[in-house]
Amino acid sequence: MRVKIFKNEQVAGHAYKMTLAAPVIAKFAQPGQFVMVKCADGIQPLLRRPLGVHNVKGSEVEILYEIIGEGTKLLSQKKSGQALDIIGPLGTGFKFPKGSDPCGKNILIAGGMGVAPLLFLAKKINKSQVLVLIGAKTKQEILCKKEFKKLGCNVKVVTDDGSAGHKGFVTDLLQDRGHLFKGVPAMLYACGPKPMLKAVSEFSKRRKIPAQISLEEHMACGIGACLGCIVNTKSGQKRVCKEGPVFDAREIIWE
Amino acid sequence: MGIDLNVKIGKLKLKNPVMVASGTFGYAEEFKDFFDVKNLGAIVTKTITLNPRPGNPMPRTCETAAGMLNSIGLENPGLDVFIKENLPKLKDIGVPIVVSIASEKNPAEFIELASRLDKIDEVCALELNISCPNLKNKLISQDARATYSVVNAVRKMMDKTIITKLSPNVTDITEIAKVAQDAGSDAISLVNTFLGMAIDADTKKSKLANITGGLSGPAIKPIALRMVYEAASAVKIPVIGIGGIITALDAIEFIIAGAQAVQVGTANFINPRSAQDIIDGLTKYLKENKINRLEDLKGSLKI
Ligand SMILES: Cc1cc2nc3c(=O)[nH]c(=O)nc-3n(C[C@H](O)[C@H](O)[C@H](O)COP(=O)(O)OP(=O)(O)OC[C@H]3O[C@@H](n4cnc5c(N)ncnc54)[C@H](O)[C@@H]3O)c2cc1C
Ligand SMILES: Cc1cc2nc3c(=O)[nH]c(=O)nc-3n(C[C@H](O)[C@H](O)[C@H](O)COP(=O)(O)O)c2cc1C
Ligand code: FES
Repeated sequence: MRVKIFKNEQVAGHAYKMTLAAPVIAKFAQPGQFVMVKCADGIQPLLRRPLGVHNVKGSEVEILYEIIGEGTKLLSQKKSGQALDIIGPLGTGFKFPKGSDPCGKNILIAGGMGVAPLLFLAKKINKSQVLVLIGAKTKQEILCKKEFKKLGCNVKVVTDDGSAGHKGFVTDLLQDRGHLFKGVPAMLYACGPKPMLKAVSEFSKRRKIPAQISLEEHMACGIGACLGCIVNTKSGQKRVCKEGPVFDAREIIWE
Repeated sequence: MGIDLNVKIGKLKLKNPVMVASGTFGYAEEFKDFFDVKNLGAIVTKTITLNPRPGNPMPRTCETAAGMLNSIGLENPGLDVFIKENLPKLKDIGVPIVVSIASEKNPAEFIELASRLDKIDEVCALELNISCPNLKNKLISQDARATYSVVNAVRKMMDKTIITKLSPNVTDITEIAKVAQDAGSDAISLVNTFLGMAIDADTKKSKLANITGGLSGPAIKPIALRMVYEAASAVKIPVIGIGGIITALDAIEFIIAGAQAVQVGTANFINPRSAQDIIDGLTKYLKENKINRLEDLKGSLKI
């Protein structure tokens, strides 16, 4: 599908936000789903790149990304008005109880660029209480704090170097807030690097609080055809791009 | 007058020469949102083995210059589940289904797989995958005698169309192509992937957990085309061209080189509509060049 780029701007030292006029994707996208983006017109790089749906505003879709290699570098050089070849929305996103318990606690845990799909999620569940824990390497790399606050979320940040908020890991904040979960239904939603997701899963298991985690694997197709993105779960091998990227943390068998 | 895209491969009649390659089209389900899969010439399934296989450890795909490596390792649900769950859905599409099969340890497994699939009407043909580079043992298709023995054994017990899929990882493709023909194969398909690898210089680790994998995509097209040309010049049975076909022009090159049909692989990942676009492009090319029958394009290389 070819869509038009509205805006493509640097929003932090390392991060870019692209706004696309994509009414079909905007209509069907659910939080946690992603799109496969063709970053070059030709065959180099060949494969599409998976990027989460960061936000949906009317008929516009936003993606938030950082430059990792050739594909995302080319993406960052695209200009507004240009066309972009994307496929989506793909995969299985977060599950959230529709008119969810207003007293229920929703804790969103973001590590680095893992914040990308969580803003759209916060928007969809903002009727109930939302606590957002954002972790990044440095203060400059903390993303979306303002946007979450605007939605009425309670936001806490942590950095590896202590340049903003608590110094340490997002999961430290989770441990400290154990008392929040007493007696109320709660759900953890997490996206970020694997060690963080693993720590969240362990916390979820120990405290018996359900957690949904969004996994990342290299994806050749993103549509379930190549079997290149497998994760081991208690109910067998699953495709991260199709049955995921969001999984119930209890299901995952960590190596 | 309409353009005649019909082709015959053994007993198999296809309405057009564009098939999708094993392991690159899931079980077709995944592509129904992107185009009418009924328009395909044929669908080749992911390779099926007798027993279920989990495949190789992750990571098992990696991008390379104009191509990709995979070391999936024939992940599949095994013959029983395939027949019960996947085949009925494939059958409903209304396109000839070619079931790709492989042995894991003992080539005799081909015979059991073939004898069970032979009894199923919806299975139109078998593609013998004797060329998967992601198994531990030496490839059957790297050994002329082993190739003869597997193909011939299946031939003796089955009337259905047999396509033998060859590996490009050999010194002389014409030798193996001729052996497959002599053993009774109705057609040969080539190429399967080229054995390759990629290393992450920072970690000094291979980018694939399996260390090596199979290279596919545009990067292999010139070599695949040359091999298809050589094989088609050496045998009388139909040759199905595979390797880096992304556009209709790529497919046309293979047909000019002597291919009777083509299979589209990696392109399905990049553009899930690739096969449809190739069918449309091929029709347009024939019209523009006033060629009424695909047959007249086949092997039309000018020397
Ligand atoms: C479901 C999903 C959602 C994602 N959402 C976002 C997002 O919203 N924002 C964002 O910045 N990034 C996101 N990523 C990561 C993003 O896909 C990679 O950063 C990107 O593919 C890197 O491509 P490149 O060409 O710049 O890097 P290169 O390193 O040159 O890429 C080489 C190959 O590795 C793959 N690759 C490299 N890093 C990753 C990775 N972390 N995950 C998967 N494949 C990778 C590439 O796709 C490519 O095939 C997501 C990944 C997945 C699986
Ligand atoms: C991810 C992946 C999985 C594959 N799985 C199989 C398989 O199960 N059986 C088989 O015969 N070939 C398999 N192949 C090889 C393709 O069918 C094809 O021969 C090869 O990729 C070359 O064509 P291409 O360059 O168009 O992809 C696979 C290829 C890829 C990329
Ligand atoms: S990326 Fe191909 S199956 Fe998931």
